[in-house]
Amino acid sequence: MASRDYMHRLPDAGSSLRRPESLSRRWHIDLPLLLLLLILAGVGLVVLYSASGEEIHYVKRQAVFMGLAFTGMVIAAQIPLEFYRRWSPWFYLGGCCLLVAVLFVGVGAKGAQRWLQIGGFRFQPSEVLKLAVPISVAAFLHRRTLPPSLFTIVGALAIIGVPALLIVRQPDLGTSILIAASGIFALYLSGLSWKMIGSAGLLAALAAWPMWMWGMRDYQRQRVLTLFNPDADRLGAGWNIFQSKAAIGSGGWAGKGYMEGTQSQLDFLPESHTDFIIAVLAEEWGMRGALILLTLYLLIIARGIYISFTAQHVFGRLLAGSITLTFFVYVFVNIGMVSGLLPVVGVPLPLVSHGGTSVITLMAGFGILMAISTERRRVLF
Amino acid sequence: MSENLRFKDHHTEQRLFRNRMLVAIIGVAALLGVLVARLYNLQIVNYENYRTQSDENRIQVRPVPPTRGLIYDRNGVLLADNRASYTLAIVRERIKDLDATLELLGNLVQMDDDDVEKFKRRLQRRRPFEPVPLRYRLTEEEIARISVNEFRLPGVSVEAELVRYYPETELFAHSVGYVGRIAERDLSAFSEEDVRRYRGTQSIGKVGLERSYEDLLLGEVGFENVETNARGRVLRVLERHDPKPGAELTLHLDTRLQQVATDALGEHRGAVVAIDVKTGGVLAFVSKPSYDPNLFVTGISFKDYSELRDSLDVPLFNRVVQGQYPPGSTLKPMMGLGGLAAGVITANTRVADPGFFRLPNDSRIYRDWKRWGHGKSIDLIEGLAQSCDVYFWDMASRWNIDGMHDIATRFGLGDKTGIDLPREYPGIFPSREWKRGARGAAWYPGDSLNAVLGQGFVLATPLQLAVMTATIANRGTHYRPQMVMAIDGVEQPPEVLHHVEARPEHWDLVFKGMEQVVKAGTGKNAGAGLDFRVAGKSGTAQVVGIAQGAKYDSEALKERHRDHALFIAFAPVDDPQIAVSVLVENGEGGGRVAAPVAREVLADWMQRPFEDTAGLSSWRPPMAPLTSTPFEEVRVRG
Repeated sequence: MASRDYMHRLPDAGSSLRRPESLSRRWHIDLPLLLLLLILAGVGLVVLYSASGEEIHYVKRQAVFMGLAFTGMVIAAQIPLEFYRRWSPWFYLGGCCLLVAVLFVGVGAKGAQRWLQIGGFRFQPSEVLKLAVPISVAAFLHRRTLPPSLFTIVGALAIIGVPALLIVRQPDLGTSILIAASGIFALYLSGLSWKMIGSAGLLAALAAWPMWMWGMRDYQRQRVLTLFNPDADRLGAGWNIFQSKAAIGSGGWAGKGYMEGTQSQLDFLPESHTDFIIAVLAEEWGMRGALILLTLYLLIIARGIYISFTAQHVFGRLLAGSITLTFFVYVFVNIGMVSGLLPVVGVPLPLVSHGGTSVITLMAGFGILMAISTERRRVLF
Repeated sequence: MSENLRFKDHHTEQRLFRNRMLVAIIGVAALLGVLVARLYNLQIVNYENYRTQSDENRIQVRPVPPTRGLIYDRNGVLLADNRASYTLAIVRERIKDLDATLELLGNLVQMDDDDVEKFKRRLQRRRPFEPVPLRYRLTEEEIARISVNEFRLPGVSVEAELVRYYPETELFAHSVGYVGRIAERDLSAFSEEDVRRYRGTQSIGKVGLERSYEDLLLGEVGFENVETNARGRVLRVLERHDPKPGAELTLHLDTRLQQVATDALGEHRGAVVAIDVKTGGVLAFVSKPSYDPNLFVTGISFKDYSELRDSLDVPLFNRVVQGQYPPGSTLKPMMGLGGLAAGVITANTRVADPGFFRLPNDSRIYRDWKRWGHGKSIDLIEGLAQSCDVYFWDMASRWNIDGMHDIATRFGLGDKTGIDLPREYPGIFPSREWKRGARGAAWYPGDSLNAVLGQGFVLATPLQLAVMTATIANRGTHYRPQMVMAIDGVEQPPEVLHHVEARPEHWDLVFKGMEQVVKAGTGKNAGAGLDFRVAGKSGTAQVVGIAQGAKYDSEALKERHRDHALFIAFAPVDDPQIAVSVLVENGEGGGRVAAPVAREVLADWMQRPFEDTAGLSSWRPPMAPLTSTPFEEVRVRG
């Protein structure tokens, strides 16, 4: 692989002479990834139709968002990596400024303040950081010798910590975890020593108690407690988990059939078309369906990892790895929480859950991934 | 580019990245394995378990309340009906923020703090999936407003239910009674079985027949398996076991007679009871003033209730079975018969009445109600007709309290009559034992003089006096008084409690004396202008006060210290059909005030053509179960 990579790193000037440049090459599209994403998006729309109680309105809306998101992906794929790297500090600072603005003039719902209202348009600045943080950390590490020195690690952690804490304040624990994870993955992939990782783990364990006592809100603590004893408050905090476990479990191997899920169709499932949509799929399509979906995710992740391996330089590698692993975190946290393994934090199931902004951010990330995968066909910097 | 790049060792960096990524791949694979294991655990290992949970979720067993049995008078006039009423109910477990929902509902329907408070109390008792009523009797407009906002109100429903309605309002409040919402107090007294029987039922008989026949009127609860969504909305019924409706009661009561008796009392407070002499069936049951029982059905407002409770006239007080009054001279016919039967007096016993009586070896003087007395030679008939106190004192002085107590007991005094109504009071007819127990004193001869005149310790309810009168009219056959004539069309047989043994000529004497009361004595008002023979007896009782704890205002005080007027009567003398007792509180003079009331009742019953019920606005032909047994034929006419 190493030798082939080396070959790829050479300017690809002669390729157009060997055979006609394909569409994917000209448009910087990674075809396997595109195909997998299209299949996943299609599955998502089909499940959504059932989960939303056959309301085509939701599906149409989501299809429009997906159209926009795929367009965004294609655009993101056209932008040279160098551009991302150069502009990452501004991207990052701008995002942080918006987060500060949210704390003061943000609008919100259900006790959280997450949005900025600009005219009739609502905008969630934390979405910007979902990309800005991994790009910035990758860019920051790209300029340093690796494995990172302690100083570099502290710098990277600072880049991760500022927005993560600002988002925790909103409060939006789910997004904050995802953003922190994306930065930490970049740091980890840069060659962080195992000693460091071990002591960080120890530190985290030690921090757990003060975090529990002072760092968490009552409802967050409640969610964690519910995880361990879901039957304690079946009509309150345990309700969602109880219902979603019943939905998944009652699906069995073969499922109850499309649109036949009693849990979801009879409104027992909360948030059935957003965060809890996997329960609908698992109920109606059974374990078979859930495994197919997991396989799709696995293939996308595998393609992402492949791209990260073939990336031309540190920035691309770290960014591709970070985007891919964060994508897996989305999947794991969502399915983990819906199936009662993890506390309930608001993390959507990528490309299946209903919701606009998260799809666009995700697809922009895949666009960057495609930009990385086709980087070798661009002029090196 | 920064200078750092120069020192970069690409090979090492790449190796590092690959190492880290390989570890990450292992991590991803492990975590994916965890997810798959979780799915396997939920969907394969615990499939049956979750399948059941999911089914139980959507399939709910709902109780279907039975319709409450209807109550008719003897002619098929509906006295207790069921009407549709719309109730706003909340299913607790479907609601996230109760206070917000209540606030929202407060904007849609008329609701006061009282409603909300009662609702919250109810909420604590009901299971979280049971709809708990919040507001009853929604108007059409309120129902419309709720349905428009339905999407904002998960867990809120409008439920149609049948609610008791009493078309005759005040007329039968004290006899038919009323149902009310099942109170926390009721619930805590329920057995497991009761809890099951009342699932889905909101009300329970509180007073009157509604209470005493609760078990029959309730019916049996049914069940249905329904599929619901999480908001509690019923999507379809999967299976249904119909409830069994409650039994229908047909009463002895006659709506028209009840109305006549009520009207005859006029503005007075008092009680009228008419009994079918042949069966013990209660034909009229009036306690005045009355109240509208419909107020209580879905929960009376605090204001309405305190008005009724605090009224000086105590309309909630059931004077017929709970009012314990000194019966006064109305006891004289019974005492006379007792004296005859015991041999204390005979038809020829004559007593001189100088206007007072003095016991041997006693200086105390007992004054007759007539200051100058009734004359030199009074016999039993004269003694009854003129209500001569001295005659009966003389008899009592030669008799003893044991004998008097015995005969009074046989006529139903001093004990509950056993009528099929709840919370009956027993009254008092004293005995030596009673006085020793209650007063801690020995029986004095003077006590007997009081007892024979229905004064002193003696207390009787108007119902007891009616039963006594009917027993006299029957020449000793003492029937248990009964409100219910038929249950689901099955006639209830009369029940004889005792038979008072006396020789026919003794009965004749008492009859004659009572007829003289009406013909020429104190009760002339009871028989005026009637073409059948009436026997009666007046009574006047000194007031002890009936409403314990009620505050008298000085204005009313004087009026309320007046004597109570009483009258008992039966007719016709040759073949008695109906016995009546009348009590007029503070009416003074039984003959003057109470006798005309008795006359109206007797006249209506005896002179009314059999079929003449068409004049009643509320009259309806007998309903379904009655067609099998036409009750008109049951009725015996002289």
